[in-house]
Amino acid sequence: MIDDKGERIPLTVADSNAKDGALTIVFMEVGKTTQQLGLLKTGDSIMSLTGPLGLPTDVEKFGTVVCVAGGFAVAPIMPIARAMKQAGNKVISILGARSKDLLFWEEELKSVSDKLIVTTDDGTYGRKGLVTEPLKELLEGSEKIDRVIAIGPSVMMKFCAKTTEPFKVKTIVSLNPIMVDGTGMCGCCRVVVGGETKFACVDGPDFDGHQVDWDLLAARQRTYLPEEKRALENWQCQHEKHS
Amino acid sequence: MPRQEPRIRAKNFNEVALGYTPEMAKEEASRCIQCPKRNCVTGCPVNVDIPEFIKALREGNMPEAVKALKHKNALPGICGRVCPQETQCESTCSIAKQKAPIAIGRLERFVADWERKNKAVMPPPEPLPPSNGKKVAVIGSGPAGLTAAADLAKLGYKVTIFEALHVGGGVLMYGIPEFRLPKEIVQGEVEFVKSLGVELVLDAVIGKIDTVDELLSDGYSAVFLGTGAGLPMFLNVPGENLCGIYSANEWLTRTNLMKAYLFPNYDTPLRIGKRVAVIGGGNVAMDSARCALRLGAEEVYIVYRRSEAELPARKEEVENAMEEGIIFKFLTNPTRFLDDGKGWVSGMECIEMELGEPDASGRRRPIPKKGSEFVMKVDTVVVALGTTPNPLIASTTEGLKTTNHGTVVADEVTGKTVKDRVWAGGDIVTGSATVISAMGAGKRAAADIHKFLMGQ
Repeated sequence: MIDDKGERIPLTVADSNAKDGALTIVFMEVGKTTQQLGLLKTGDSIMSLTGPLGLPTDVEKFGTVVCVAGGFAVAPIMPIARAMKQAGNKVISILGARSKDLLFWEEELKSVSDKLIVTTDDGTYGRKGLVTEPLKELLEGSEKIDRVIAIGPSVMMKFCAKTTEPFKVKTIVSLNPIMVDGTGMCGCCRVVVGGETKFACVDGPDFDGHQVDWDLLAARQRTYLPEEKRALENWQCQHEKHS
Repeated sequence: MPRQEPRIRAKNFNEVALGYTPEMAKEEASRCIQCPKRNCVTGCPVNVDIPEFIKALREGNMPEAVKALKHKNALPGICGRVCPQETQCESTCSIAKQKAPIAIGRLERFVADWERKNKAVMPPPEPLPPSNGKKVAVIGSGPAGLTAAADLAKLGYKVTIFEALHVGGGVLMYGIPEFRLPKEIVQGEVEFVKSLGVELVLDAVIGKIDTVDELLSDGYSAVFLGTGAGLPMFLNVPGENLCGIYSANEWLTRTNLMKAYLFPNYDTPLRIGKRVAVIGGGNVAMDSARCALRLGAEEVYIVYRRSEAELPARKEEVENAMEEGIIFKFLTNPTRFLDDGKGWVSGMECIEMELGEPDASGRRRPIPKKGSEFVMKVDTVVVALGTTPNPLIASTTEGLKTTNHGTVVADEVTGKTVKDRVWAGGDIVTGSATVISAMGAGKRAAADIHKFLMGQ
């Protein structure tokens, strides 16, 4: 929460430094809260930050792991790719964004991967196309893929899971429903996985991508679209007045 | 007790009960015969010195009344509002057999409110004892935690409360609505506990940032678990994950803790339709339904599977709800929720119930009546069936014993768990109960912790 009138939102920790107690959080400026967050400068403070919440990603020596990062989700993918590499896996990373100016941390991701494939939807950088295309090629190839981690917008994760399903490769996705407390007390973040209701904040955020009810996730994510739009317009209007 | 008029109060979040005037308070205090039996004291889960504070009030000595009241009760402004006195101190009042019992709760509230408004004329607080050098960790800043912390601080311990949320008070902040328990009052009482030297660390989720074992090896001589029962129960029927269906926890947290009723001034939204159904019959269901009215619903239903006689909610809250125009549908149980085609709830299929033989709780068991299915058109549903403890503490604390319901096993009187140097009290032990019983548990655990640590 930025201030006492703010909302609680879930953000992912991309990096941490135990020595100076610093966390790196990357976020996309979408609505009121993230735009307001984007205006803060070095030395500013926010009212509340709670964590670490949810369950940690399952990291083991699986063999060959493909990490797929959709857009700014390269931030949560980074620590996972790094941990997978450190655990002795061969890490193949796919980094995709709509266009060149939405790509970042390419060198960082490359440094923790054995191979990096970059895609842009519009072809302004790297390979033109969606992340699912190189993903499919890898699965069809001669190299055995033991696990896929896919993080990004829900639609991207859904199609990554659909791509890997016929190849029966375990695919972990990181679900991003709306949340309020994040500690398991309200059920706002409920998702259905394998026919069972789970709370993404305490049972997740990682889940088996082949078992997720993607339609339900998308529907529940849209719950407050009108309110989110109104809050953003309100804030932008006020902000313009004062600036 | 003067109250806001039903039609007016159903549209605002201001406190419903307006409180006694000084004249009303003095008059009521004079009715107390100061009997030697003092059954009211034993009827109170924290044994407040009731005759003493009433006598001081009657004599017009307000600072003395405050002192007598706060001697045992660190949160009187809260208790005076939410305690079910009618089943506690007032039910054991000596004159209750012939006349109306003394309105102890109303008087308690009057004294607590007087103190809040007259801090300037209060004598300085008694000095705290010197520190005994021992640290105690309290997990959770709800009524159990706040009370245990206050009592331990008064005994010279250095107490740190770890609270998961961004503000202290626990269920007092997120659960009980503004119109029953103003949040300003809750924060005032939290500040009082802090003034005793208690450190309140917010945004600290024990079980995640630190475990109980880590705290114990980090210099804390004892740990008190007061994490409550914050895990919501759902019906587990088809359609329950449709948009517009909330757990009461989510409903109340958005409304009371995050102040969704002030959106867009406050950022957290809450979408409410025209016809709201609240499933359940306890205080939380009443609170949820009364919030729904204030949030602008046109029709609000309480849907309960037993009959009026079995409602677990406080009679006063049921009366308030009925006065405000909430419609009660008894002997009704939802079996599935219907989709409007766009992922929102548009109705619920229900079945009528009838009452059979008593079940384990002693209440008559509800049995579905075959062939009585019908559909209720609703566009918002709040599931207020009850809560169980959040499993986080139990799952991250080795050696703690829990029951099938997820509650922590602890001695009924002392709150001692089977794990060395760990005590527990309140909803985490009993399942969802009352603020005052949590406070009683906090008090008894603090006394037992003191006995144990001093005996070492």
